[in-house]
Amino acid sequence: MDLSYSEKHEAFRKDLRTFLDEKLPKRLSDKVRLGQRLTKEDMEEWHAILQTRNWLAGHWPEEYGGSGWDAVERHIFEEETTRANAPRILPFGIMMLGPVLMKFGSEDQKAHWLPRILNGTDWWCQGYSEPGAGSDLAALKTTAERDGDHYVVNGQKTWTTLAQYADHIFCLVRTGKDGKKQEGISFLLIDMDDPGIEVRPIYLIDGGAEVNEVWFKDVRVPVENLVGEENQGWTIAKYLLTHERTNIAGVGFATQALENLKRIAGLEHQAGKPLIEDPLFAAEIARLEIQLMAMATTNLRVVSAAAEGNAPGAESSMLKVKGTVIRQELNDLTRRACGPYAMPFVSEALEAGSNVEPVGPDYAAPVSGKYFNNRKLSIYGGSNEVQKQIIAKMKLGA
Amino acid sequence: MDFTLTEERQMLQDGLRRMLADKVDPKAVARGDTAWSTETWEALAEMGVIGALFSEDDGGFGGAGFDLMVVFEEMGRAGAPEPLMETLIAGGLIAELGSDAQKAHLDAVIGGAVQLAFAHSEPGARFDLERVATEARQDGDGWILTGRKSVVANGGEADYIVVSARVSGNTGDRDGLALFLVPKGTEGLDLRDYPLTGGGRGAEIAMEDMRLPADALLGEAGHAFPAIERANARAVAAQTAEALGLMERIKDLTADYLQQRTQFDKPLIKFQALAFRMADVLIEIEQARSAVINLCGHLDADRETRELHVSATKQLVGETAKLVVEESIQMHGGIGITQEYDLAHFARRLTMVEHRFGDALFHLGRFSRLRMA
Repeated sequence: MDLSYSEKHEAFRKDLRTFLDEKLPKRLSDKVRLGQRLTKEDMEEWHAILQTRNWLAGHWPEEYGGSGWDAVERHIFEEETTRANAPRILPFGIMMLGPVLMKFGSEDQKAHWLPRILNGTDWWCQGYSEPGAGSDLAALKTTAERDGDHYVVNGQKTWTTLAQYADHIFCLVRTGKDGKKQEGISFLLIDMDDPGIEVRPIYLIDGGAEVNEVWFKDVRVPVENLVGEENQGWTIAKYLLTHERTNIAGVGFATQALENLKRIAGLEHQAGKPLIEDPLFAAEIARLEIQLMAMATTNLRVVSAAAEGNAPGAESSMLKVKGTVIRQELNDLTRRACGPYAMPFVSEALEAGSNVEPVGPDYAAPVSGKYFNNRKLSIYGGSNEVQKQIIAKMKLGA
Repeated sequence: MDFTLTEERQMLQDGLRRMLADKVDPKAVARGDTAWSTETWEALAEMGVIGALFSEDDGGFGGAGFDLMVVFEEMGRAGAPEPLMETLIAGGLIAELGSDAQKAHLDAVIGGAVQLAFAHSEPGARFDLERVATEARQDGDGWILTGRKSVVANGGEADYIVVSARVSGNTGDRDGLALFLVPKGTEGLDLRDYPLTGGGRGAEIAMEDMRLPADALLGEAGHAFPAIERANARAVAAQTAEALGLMERIKDLTADYLQQRTQFDKPLIKFQALAFRMADVLIEIEQARSAVINLCGHLDADRETRELHVSATKQLVGETAKLVVEESIQMHGGIGITQEYDLAHFARRLTMVEHRFGDALFHLGRFSRLRMA
């Protein structure tokens, strides 16, 4: 047992901190700190800055434009970037599609698509869930029928995050109707500009529209956009979901949320004293901090095992459940810390550059929206119920 | 012991439930299309619902704890954002403390023609009732007020605002508070109004040397705290009853969804993991109902008993609100956090119950202090 970081890792952390000090625009970190909504341009700007050091997809192998990070370096990256209030990296191209192409894509597909993810040419979104296929993803109904050199796609995807900005979507589609429902699924890359695609926003409980419905009507997709074999999509989907769950613990986000909570509880007053001095409130903060301290180590244990080549299985599901619950509880306590000022709902104040002032202290403006929005954490990426099923199945033979 | 409603209350409940189901559109409230509807307000007045909040002596025909419970539970069930709470609080203070001239307004209040608000909480006061820094000083026959009030529900729409201020002592003292009846548009009163997360509107109020005539004073200067605390207790009874209605509605929505939604070839309710959690929700809602009954039945008890029930009920209902909101969203999945689905409005409104009159933690602490005192 040794809880210290290696010299190499310490040097990386130092390098990263200097980089963040110098290169992370204050305009962007202010937005993240104040919980304001990021624009498409903001996210693209941050991606480009990171790519000057090949850090946008640091965990990709160097041959594909990454830095070949090990699991500990990824962990340090997440920790430091969230501490610095850097925008989060969009996962769709970098965390999801990239690894899938590297493992299942043809040489042509890798050569064509991977550089475009890194240089920002393509903005990807994920076409998985459907109205009738949520936790039961394999029940998906969107069809792709072969017609000469094309697939003809019909159906509907939903909960598609940031599809309004995307120019491409990777989709699970049904290509076979025989056998088990998992066996007739394929993984297809689709250009959002193709005729027959329609994107409709879904407004969420916090008033934002980060997710969409994507409709397909006789959309013609060239067969070379099939990744892997026809009807091999479920294997790819499962591989992708494991990658999606890497870093799912969100230790960095939770640490950032804990610091924010403490800061607010130090500024809010109850009975004439800072709220953080109220024993009951302080105990609630302490309870979450204790949980977070243990989870950080659980995360590192899983990360270290992964570094030695053990594929994360039930452990990544455990991290997903624990990590999302801790973050949600931190969001809950943060809105409580703001008391009555969590009630005003001034959506415009969350748009940077708007002239609308928030009501009350600026830290209170996003807290209710964030609490409601982050209920999604235990729903998406495989709901926490699905994760518990995986744990029970893998560990207990359920 | 009798836990049934009187015939009159049963009729009020039935009529109100039908009327609100017909008039309130939770989706419109969630989108922020309407603060609240004058049509619904007029219907509430016509049905005698506003009158049910006041005693016969004050021109109403109710005013008891269980009248509040019936009315506000139905408001909650419908997710109605109409500012009945503000009428209850401010109207109640006018009824308790007002001169004959001031009480003459109550007819118009009960008739639905006059809107009220209560401006008491201040930035930094959080949930402490006695933390009033707004200052009122005597000026000849009249008064001059300076200070700020925060998140004043219905402040922008009110024809009269009951404003609290300090005539003596320090911020945090119970002694030294006074109440004033301030007409809309009074010079020196600056108001910014905005939408609230659970529907309805709030306002920030700044008063800068706001001059009021002598007859604006409501009750006796310096001794308003007991009336404020009593009004607060009635407000908590009404608000927890509203929360109960919201929980019942959310529970119905979720139970329907679990029966209709199919995954893995069977309805969700057939998954025991979900069914047991839903059963927990049902158990806790019954506990919440008992807590609301406890408070409504003790509103006219001695101060110690009443306030103990205020904190007990508010604590339990606050905790239950969190459970009901979070479990119902989780069991719905993505649709549960969609604005176009009714649950979004109900969940937001129920959650905001914790941000007014004290949350579960605040009342947990207060209850234990009251018990030990």
